[in-house]
Amino acid sequence: MLEMLSYPFIQRALVVGTLVSLCSALLGVNLVLKRYSMIGDGLSHVAFSAMAVATVMNWAPLTVAIPVVVIASVLLLRLSGSGKIKGDAAVALVSTGALALGIFIISMRSGINTDINNYMFGSVLAISRSDVALSVGLSLAVLTLYAVFFHRIFAVTFDEPFARATGIRVDFYNMLIAVLTAITIVLGMRMIGALLISSLIIFPAMSAMRLSKRFLGVVFCAAVISVVCFIAGVAVSYEFSAPTGASVVIMNMAVFGLCVLTETVAACISRKEN
Amino acid sequence: MKQPLISCKGLRIGYENMTVLEDVSFDVKKGDYLCVVGENGAGKSTLIKCLAGLKKPMSGSITLAKGITRRDVGYLPQQTAIQRDFPASVREVVTSGCLNSDRWLPFYTKEDKDKATRYMEELGIADMAEHSYRELSGGQQQRVLLARALCASSRILILDEPVTGLDPIVTGEIYSIIKELNSKYRITVIMVSHDVKTAVKSANKILHVKNTVQFFGRTEDYLKSAVGKAFVGGGESHA
Repeated sequence: MLEMLSYPFIQRALVVGTLVSLCSALLGVNLVLKRYSMIGDGLSHVAFSAMAVATVMNWAPLTVAIPVVVIASVLLLRLSGSGKIKGDAAVALVSTGALALGIFIISMRSGINTDINNYMFGSVLAISRSDVALSVGLSLAVLTLYAVFFHRIFAVTFDEPFARATGIRVDFYNMLIAVLTAITIVLGMRMIGALLISSLIIFPAMSAMRLSKRFLGVVFCAAVISVVCFIAGVAVSYEFSAPTGASVVIMNMAVFGLCVLTETVAACISRKEN
Repeated sequence: MKQPLISCKGLRIGYENMTVLEDVSFDVKKGDYLCVVGENGAGKSTLIKCLAGLKKPMSGSITLAKGITRRDVGYLPQQTAIQRDFPASVREVVTSGCLNSDRWLPFYTKEDKDKATRYMEELGIADMAEHSYRELSGGQQQRVLLARALCASSRILILDEPVTGLDPIVTGEIYSIIKELNSKYRITVIMVSHDVKTAVKSANKILHVKNTVQFFGRTEDYLKSAVGKAFVGGGESHA
């Protein structure tokens, strides 16, 4: 099992993946609580489209996708905040629209089906040496910003009107969460896959909410669960030569099941004690 | 004559092109306990959102007294659906009220934490500081949100329907807490309520709105006025 660590591509995947799992878990708690769970799905489809264009044009995928997805996240936030289009419909519009564009553009050039497949379902081989520095730098930036604004992000997530009334710049923090999510999605999607990346946002948060009743506790549990599931998923995918993304998501599903079970048992015990 | 803390002149309030309230003028003085009453949909909550700075009036002005800023306003909004299953401890929620100041610190100071503890003790929720907010009863949750509002400011409290969905006993408790904050600490209170009868018992001033200001003045005068008699009396048939 440990021999997998000797492959440079797995080392790279583990380093980048661990950091991205951390980011997605932290942001995921806020997104799930704010009822924005599907924003990750929408953004990953936009990222797919951007990478399709980059592939066709022979540009570097990350440098194209990151600004495009960041802009998309801001637009998505504006669109669902405007009240004319509801949040879930806005995500569906952006998500399917972007996907259609991406498929259309990629079909202009034949012989790149492997790329489509990799972007859709993820590949552990996707992280090139030049991507590592950018990915590590950006994920560390996401983590730092999240830590610095932790209390304010909590206040904005828990009660937007109150935060606004007391002078917290709510729009700025909503924007910050959207932009950080966009960066995290782009960094993670090539490994996990455009279709699966939103699970990295939702599952750890949902699992952690079964375990802790405090916000800090939930955030901490989500981070640990996410990283453990990622590493276990990579190991499983190596062992069974299975796709990395799917393996990581299956690990997350298993942990979620365990957490639900733990919660149910704990509730039964406390009911008996009373 | 004391200078008014908040002075509203010729406010016109509404959504997009629809005016709900117009020509609303009134003053709030230090130590006042003002209750905004009126029928459902009369624009009470919209008016109070303007006072809390969440919404801009379509025209007219809201002037704060010298030395008072938005950061001196503690606000207790109506509860949102998100909060009902939000994992957060009482302490986390209360302390988050301290974030209003200009400082750029990423963490809470000892002062903040002490303030949070003091208000939790004041409102009788100190023993449940580590409990989960979502598992509290409605009345306890309102106490938590009141403590948070006090952390934000101990000068002006703006309360939007603080007793919605609470049973009569708990409603009474919440009202007496608010009354005590007003009389003991001279905190200016502005409250929206559709529970007129209880509200008039504690408030010293009433603002009755319907399209425009129907009545603004002292509670005793309100009870004697035609609007007041009709509304307070008429409330019985609704209850």
